[in-house]
Amino acid sequence: MSLFNIFDIAGSSLSAQSLRLNTTASNMANADTVSSTPQQAYRARQPVFAAVMNALGGDQQEADVAVKVLGIVESRAPVRSQYEPNNPLADARGYVYTSNVNPIEEMANMISASRSYQSNLEVINTSKQLMLRTLAMGQ
Amino acid sequence: MPINIDSALGIHADALALRSRRAEVLANNLANADTPRYKARDFDFKSALAQAQGQSPINSVRLVTTQSGHIAANAGASRIDAELQYRIPSQPSLDGNTVDTQIEQAEFTQNAIQYQTSLTFLSGKIRGLLTAIRGD
Repeated sequence: MSLFNIFDIAGSSLSAQSLRLNTTASNMANADTVSSTPQQAYRARQPVFAAVMNALGGDQQEADVAVKVLGIVESRAPVRSQYEPNNPLADARGYVYTSNVNPIEEMANMISASRSYQSNLEVINTSKQLMLRTLAMGQ
Repeated sequence: MPINIDSALGIHADALALRSRRAEVLANNLANADTPRYKARDFDFKSALAQAQGQSPINSVRLVTTQSGHIAANAGASRIDAELQYRIPSQPSLDGNTVDTQIEQAEFTQNAIQYQTSLTFLSGKIRGLLTAIRGD
């Protein structure tokens, strides 16, 4: 029965969106961390989503399309250097390197992820109701 | 007169199966609202229902078998076999995704209500049959 598949599909999206919320939380938490070299500086992380075709019996037309997280990429934006000679992490020239996290981008990302999570949860709730009503059919 | 359960239930059994199929397709779209290059899909309910009822689908061209050796083009296809089509996006996004969450959500809700409608009709038919069987 195809209503069962909805739980798998929306569930895959829920886990993908919660991973996105997770990376956002990690980015926001590390927005102000500093390090002594540009290589060690924290870089913003983003998950990459892809559609997975779960073809039933090799039929691409009837495929369920779940979401898969292909991986997590680090932002290539340049890290900022700040002159803080009193910071214990400062290098020989007195500079520390901050993360390249853009808090505004992260906030927008967080709202988008939580909205997507909500809409998928709504799909699951509705499907659950439909299934329970189907079970009570003819009573 | 023997009672044929299939004909007694009428169009509603097919409609219910198609509604649940459509709920699945729309859930696919909503799940992939943030996936780059994903194209939103849906199917034409009217022609799919006509096909499930054994009529030729509206506005469609089918291969005709003219000789005994020919194999039907849709051989082995299930009764609930809706042809998926891509939605025409009103606002395509830069990453190639054509899902409009609001439209899909509205369609999903509408579909859920129509599913419940079919379910109510079906329940009524089953109750009617049960009354006939029990005779009280």
